[in-house]
Amino acid sequence: MRFSTLQRHVREGSRNIWRNGWMTVASVGAVTTTLVLVGAFLALMLNLSNIATNLEKDVQIKALIDLTADQAEIDAVGDAIQRIPEVASVTFSSKDEELSSLIDSLGEEGKVWEMYEQDNPLNDVYIVKTTDPLDTISVAKKIASITNVEEITYGQEVVQNLFKFNQYARNIGLVLIVGLIFTAIFLISNTIKITIIARRREIGIMKLVGATDSFIRWPFFIEGLLLGVLGSIVPILIITTGYYYLSHSGNALTQFSFVELLPFSPFAIQLSLVILAIGAGIGVWGSVMSIRKFLKV
Amino acid sequence: MIAMENVYKTYPNGVTAINGIDVTIDQGEFVYIVGPSGAGKSTFIKLMFREEVPTKGNIVINNRNLAKMKWKEVPLLRRDIGVVYQDFKLLPKLTVYENVAFALEVIEETPRNIRRRVMQVLDQVGLKNKARFIPDELSGGEQQRVAIARAIVNHPKLLIADEPTGNLDPETSWEIMRILEEINASGTTIIMATHSKEIVNTIKKRVIAIEGGLIVRDEHRGEYGYEI
Ligand SMILES: Nc1ncnc2c1ncn2[C@@H]1O[C@H](COP(=O)(O)OP(=O)(O)O)[C@@H](O)[C@H]1O
Ligand SMILES: [Mg+2]
Repeated sequence: MRFSTLQRHVREGSRNIWRNGWMTVASVGAVTTTLVLVGAFLALMLNLSNIATNLEKDVQIKALIDLTADQAEIDAVGDAIQRIPEVASVTFSSKDEELSSLIDSLGEEGKVWEMYEQDNPLNDVYIVKTTDPLDTISVAKKIASITNVEEITYGQEVVQNLFKFNQYARNIGLVLIVGLIFTAIFLISNTIKITIIARRREIGIMKLVGATDSFIRWPFFIEGLLLGVLGSIVPILIITTGYYYLSHSGNALTQFSFVELLPFSPFAIQLSLVILAIGAGIGVWGSVMSIRKFLKV
Repeated sequence: MIAMENVYKTYPNGVTAINGIDVTIDQGEFVYIVGPSGAGKSTFIKLMFREEVPTKGNIVINNRNLAKMKWKEVPLLRRDIGVVYQDFKLLPKLTVYENVAFALEVIEETPRNIRRRVMQVLDQVGLKNKARFIPDELSGGEQQRVAIARAIVNHPKLLIADEPTGNLDPETSWEIMRILEEINASGTTIIMATHSKEIVNTIKKRVIAIEGGLIVRDEHRGEYGYEI
């Protein structure tokens, strides 16, 4: 296609947007509503998943070693853990180290424990991290069966609930987003369909003059694209402004150390691009769907 | 250059509008198609640029066989044929200039050539000063001249007109005929269905009379041959 022909299609497509008046307003409104919701969901989901990943990274297994084990047996446990394929790192922490970190973590109350420094009741431990946090549970089970491992702890409930929640959030979010997008595509395709029905006679004339289907299709395609892009302007403004305030104000959320929002830049910019792309996609798909049937004139 | 061979056309509703037609028309001829209402004149014309597909028979135009033509080739055929209708069929929202330019945009002419050629044909049909008007702002005769300009803008070898003067007063009709004769004089074949006895009997050309979907008369420098 010649560049001048493309220019012609763009000119015609933009003109249609202008000519269709309220129809344009309606379909841009539909895209705007959809994208505001989709954008908010995306921001929420990506942050949830970021928080979850951060928490997952902190998940570790503690293998408490039998108090009766001698040094050779302790080393044997370490080697056995090392041999589990899903294990990423194994760190030894003696009972004295465990006690001092416990005392540190408790602050003032920790003083009570200082009296145990002479007769430490704690176990030596191996701190184990898995390559994929999702393997935590199965690895923990394997470690538990090693001789001289007295007990394992990995915050069982937290880990399991976290994984479940994360999966639910993702699935529900995806279903909602896909549903919203299809609604918007349907609305756009309907708008364009109505304008095409109104212009059926014109399309017939164009074909009599020798226009190919694709020549007739292009301006509608551009029209859909523009509707989608126009519809993504307001959502981008709303989402970026909203996100800016959320991530820059010391609000209730950020008081929890593990709740760390993704940084405004580049996250908000990437999100804007995604919203723009979804908007353009909705518009193009909507227009393509609506013109398919209408060219047999 | 135009050859029809044993052509039949039956519409989906069962009406047979063309009932076995054989005819050849040479390059550069001017042919009137006459006959009573419902005789099949419009159908005969529509078959030539494939607005309708023959039920049976062969139609060859500019070495293209319309019976064997694929959907994709139809636009190419139509670009080589100019068509003028009784109801003009202009694009209502486009200006005179844009209506004519459309036929060139479709074949992806350069903007420069489009400008030059459109102004040239608008001059030829005497509408250079109305280039920026939209169809509704023009008289019937002017609209028909725009349609003729659009039909000839890419130098077709064949111009087909279905009652081009049917909606026009006699004076305007003569004006249109003068333009068509000029186009014919430059070598373009013209096929024109008409109900105008005055035109056919005054500007003498080949006359093909159709009745009941059959050619009943074919004479050079013929007469209209019907009352009314
Ligand atoms: N699209 C159509 N569908 C069904 N019948 C048609 C159609 N077009 C024309 N006809 C019928 O075919 C016959 C010839 O019509 P037409 O070619 O328009 O004749 P004319 O132009 O000579 O008046 C008429 O009986 C008419 O009713
Ligand atoms: Mg007719």
